[in-house]
Amino acid sequence: MTTTEHGPGSAGGDNTSGPHHSGPDAEHSPQQLAAMDRTELDRLGARYDGVEVLHVEPAAPPGSPLEKKNTRQVTLWFALAALFAVAFLVIYAGSGWFLPSWEWEIGGSTWSAIYTPLLGATMGASLICIGVGLVLYVKKLLPHETAVQDKHDGSHFDRVTTGATLMSSLENSGLPRRKVLLGTIGVMGAAFGAMLIAPLGGLIKNPNTGNLLATTPWAEGVRLLREDGTPIRPGDQQVGSLETVFPAVEGGNRAADAAVMLIRLRPDQMDTLVPAEGREDFGYGDYIAYSKICTHAGCPVSLYEQETSRILCPCHQSQFDVTQGAKPVFGPATRSLPQLPITVDDEGYFRARGDFPEPVGPSFWNIGRLD
Amino acid sequence: MATTTTTAPGQPTTLVGKAALEVDDRLIVAGPLRRTLNKVFPDHWSFLLGEIALYAFVVLLLSGTYLTFFYDATMTEVTYEGSYAAMRGIEMSAAFESSLDISFDVRGGLLIRQMHHWAALLFVAAICVHLLRIFFTGAFRRPRETNWFIGVALLVLAMLEGFAGYTLPDDLLSGTGLRIFSAVFLSIPVIGTWVYFTVFGGDFPGELIIGRLYILHVLIIPAILLALIALHLLILVKQKHTQFPGAGRTEHNVVGHRLFPTFAGKATALFFIVFGLCAALGGLVQINPFWLFGPYNPAQVSAGSQPDWYIGFVDGGSRIFPPWEIVLWGYHIPPVLWGALGIPGIMFTLLALYPIIERKLTGDTASHHLLQRPRDVPVRTSLGMMAITAYVVLWISGGNDVIAEKFDISLNAMTWFGRIGFLVLPPIAYWITYRICLGLERHDREVLEHGIETGVIRRLPSGEFIEVHQPLGPVDEHGHGQLAYGGASVPKKMNQVGGARRAIRGFFSPIEEPAAVQRQAELEARGLESEQSSRELTGSGRPSEGGRPSEGGRPQQEPRD
Repeated sequence: MTTTEHGPGSAGGDNTSGPHHSGPDAEHSPQQLAAMDRTELDRLGARYDGVEVLHVEPAAPPGSPLEKKNTRQVTLWFALAALFAVAFLVIYAGSGWFLPSWEWEIGGSTWSAIYTPLLGATMGASLICIGVGLVLYVKKLLPHETAVQDKHDGSHFDRVTTGATLMSSLENSGLPRRKVLLGTIGVMGAAFGAMLIAPLGGLIKNPNTGNLLATTPWAEGVRLLREDGTPIRPGDQQVGSLETVFPAVEGGNRAADAAVMLIRLRPDQMDTLVPAEGREDFGYGDYIAYSKICTHAGCPVSLYEQETSRILCPCHQSQFDVTQGAKPVFGPATRSLPQLPITVDDEGYFRARGDFPEPVGPSFWNIGRLD
Repeated sequence: MATTTTTAPGQPTTLVGKAALEVDDRLIVAGPLRRTLNKVFPDHWSFLLGEIALYAFVVLLLSGTYLTFFYDATMTEVTYEGSYAAMRGIEMSAAFESSLDISFDVRGGLLIRQMHHWAALLFVAAICVHLLRIFFTGAFRRPRETNWFIGVALLVLAMLEGFAGYTLPDDLLSGTGLRIFSAVFLSIPVIGTWVYFTVFGGDFPGELIIGRLYILHVLIIPAILLALIALHLLILVKQKHTQFPGAGRTEHNVVGHRLFPTFAGKATALFFIVFGLCAALGGLVQINPFWLFGPYNPAQVSAGSQPDWYIGFVDGGSRIFPPWEIVLWGYHIPPVLWGALGIPGIMFTLLALYPIIERKLTGDTASHHLLQRPRDVPVRTSLGMMAITAYVVLWISGGNDVIAEKFDISLNAMTWFGRIGFLVLPPIAYWITYRICLGLERHDREVLEHGIETGVIRRLPSGEFIEVHQPLGPVDEHGHGQLAYGGASVPKKMNQVGGARRAIRGFFSPIEEPAAVQRQAELEARGLESEQSSRELTGSGRPSEGGRPSEGGRPQQEPRD
């Protein structure tokens, strides 16, 4: 039904098409086809494609009140679509011309606040009206036709003949016999593929160069600065408060691993303070400083709840206790926030006594083996 | 309608006909075109879900191309001088500045940007719902496993594409997400630090990542998506669409509408509706107002930071995974690896392999073109509900801080709900779904055996009250129906078999007169009489399906008990 069988040979130099390539034209002469009406031709073609029209529920007859009503409905939706599209154009182009300007300003004129919503509403309405009109057209003005199409499984004939074509070519190429050639082609393919992707090697960066993962801009003698670049003295901060500080180096307030929380503890927090082992002298008076970068996934831990002495990371809710060396007490974090050793310099401003004793931020494979 | 010709038979006489002949003489397209126009597509609302994803993708391509005219994917620090006064004088990346320009200084730019974002959310959502339809109806079975694999690949790529896209404004929210991603790269055993340095071109954030994400977002991933979508559709056309079982439908045919004009008309209509929905949302509903978050700064974060919905479950996994860091000989495997890579990795692997797993478990290697009702495959349906439950627990956990705040629940309690719920709720979902499936199956069998409950109570001479049942087909000497279950929906109400008029329309209160509906039904029944013989083939055994006119006549069989 789908194709006629292909025979060997052709018509040679003859100026007519080969006898086996005419398809359905052999079965249906132009005269026969000319004698059929359009519906018959449509069904004939459908049958040729394995489709049988089972049932047609005709649309409302032309000129009937139902048809007129349905046509009016569809026309109305398309007219609405046109109307909304024109409204969009008027609003889009007219703003700032004969309509108020669309541009944003402080306080926001009403027009600039509704400009985008109006554009969206008119464009959306126009497109949806087209869609609804089309649905109604199909449902109310077209005949409802139910058709069935045959589904074919793979053809044994196709498999056998295609397989033969492929295998005979392979055999003619002699590759299965020429083992050395075949092997060489394999090696060539692998080498060629590797050569193609090799330039991507330029992307690779050695993480161990410069020891960036283990170090931060903090160093011996670097002052603690506020975001606005001013240094801090003891006593500047409210008791119990937290301030984010940065190292006094170029780009210090932009570095991804340098942000530090300088916390001034309350007296009762001082009483319960349990510094990490070997870090008893890292603080200065009632001040202690921890890295702000979460040891779980690197978010800045920002939410400090004074009453419970806990610092919460808003990304995954890890919680750290500032009175216990900022060790994790809840959530997915596993390592304490690194503590920055601080002191006060001759001018009375806070400065670091060195870099963090351990890498800042999320864990990684060799975090325990960096120098 | 017949065309009579005075010239040689078959020669076109009209201008269009002549033009068509000229075209076909050169390109020989009439045959393939007719085959395409004649192709039959089955009709069911759930077959439109994949189409929605396709049309959302078209909207994404159109709106995304527009955005590239204005966006600048560089991380050079600039000082903002544009219209948005709240940011004037602030240092930011050129990427953030150009995103602000699109939103405030390009006429209609905000509309297109928000339309693009909404279309992206819809794209992933439509893929997910489409995937669930394929899963629960068994449409992935042989011979359609290849298209299932392609579909899962499309889903993963769509999520990566979305992530890359919403990171481009380089704002505080997306920058925080990027920082978390960097931690996930770092957490990979052995090569983590190498991957991290390679992706960012050095330590986070560097100056390259936005440009790299940009080329991934506008060229590499869309090209792969486009190729896979084309392949997905080609295979679909080649294999022909599946259909639900019903009268006249077999494994060897497709019953429905021809592509032209019915299917093409409806598909085009759906495209316009999806496009219109994206446009309306883009204009009316604010999405990702990144100018409120400000440019990215590694030292800042805002509370309640949430990713786009489809990344939420990854975030949830990271939140509820316990603080278990594996340390072996000084080498660390941090928990973020399991939460953010392990859980999604296992999930997508199981999802992709599911057709193979089911084939192994059931031993069913036959080709299937008829779909299954979820109730008829209780184990698969229950496994699906189990997976959905686990996903939803992760997804809720991704926003557990917002839920804790809005409903005044302890944040730690929400985390524990996630940890316990992830393990406990899925098996419960499995059990409940399994029971529901069995119950529905039994009810179908019961109706086939005893008939539909008519609501008519009859008193027998003995004084006993019984409810009259309407059999669906011939009955044996005991009054038991002899119809076998065919995998199709079983009518359970009298109006579904034409024994009563169709339901009165109206959601809260009726919007039409019952008498008028009855009259209309009778009128239509008369008009349909000539077509009675082939009527059974129009639906899945339910003449009233799809809101088409019901038969309206009285049942042929006398009611019996």
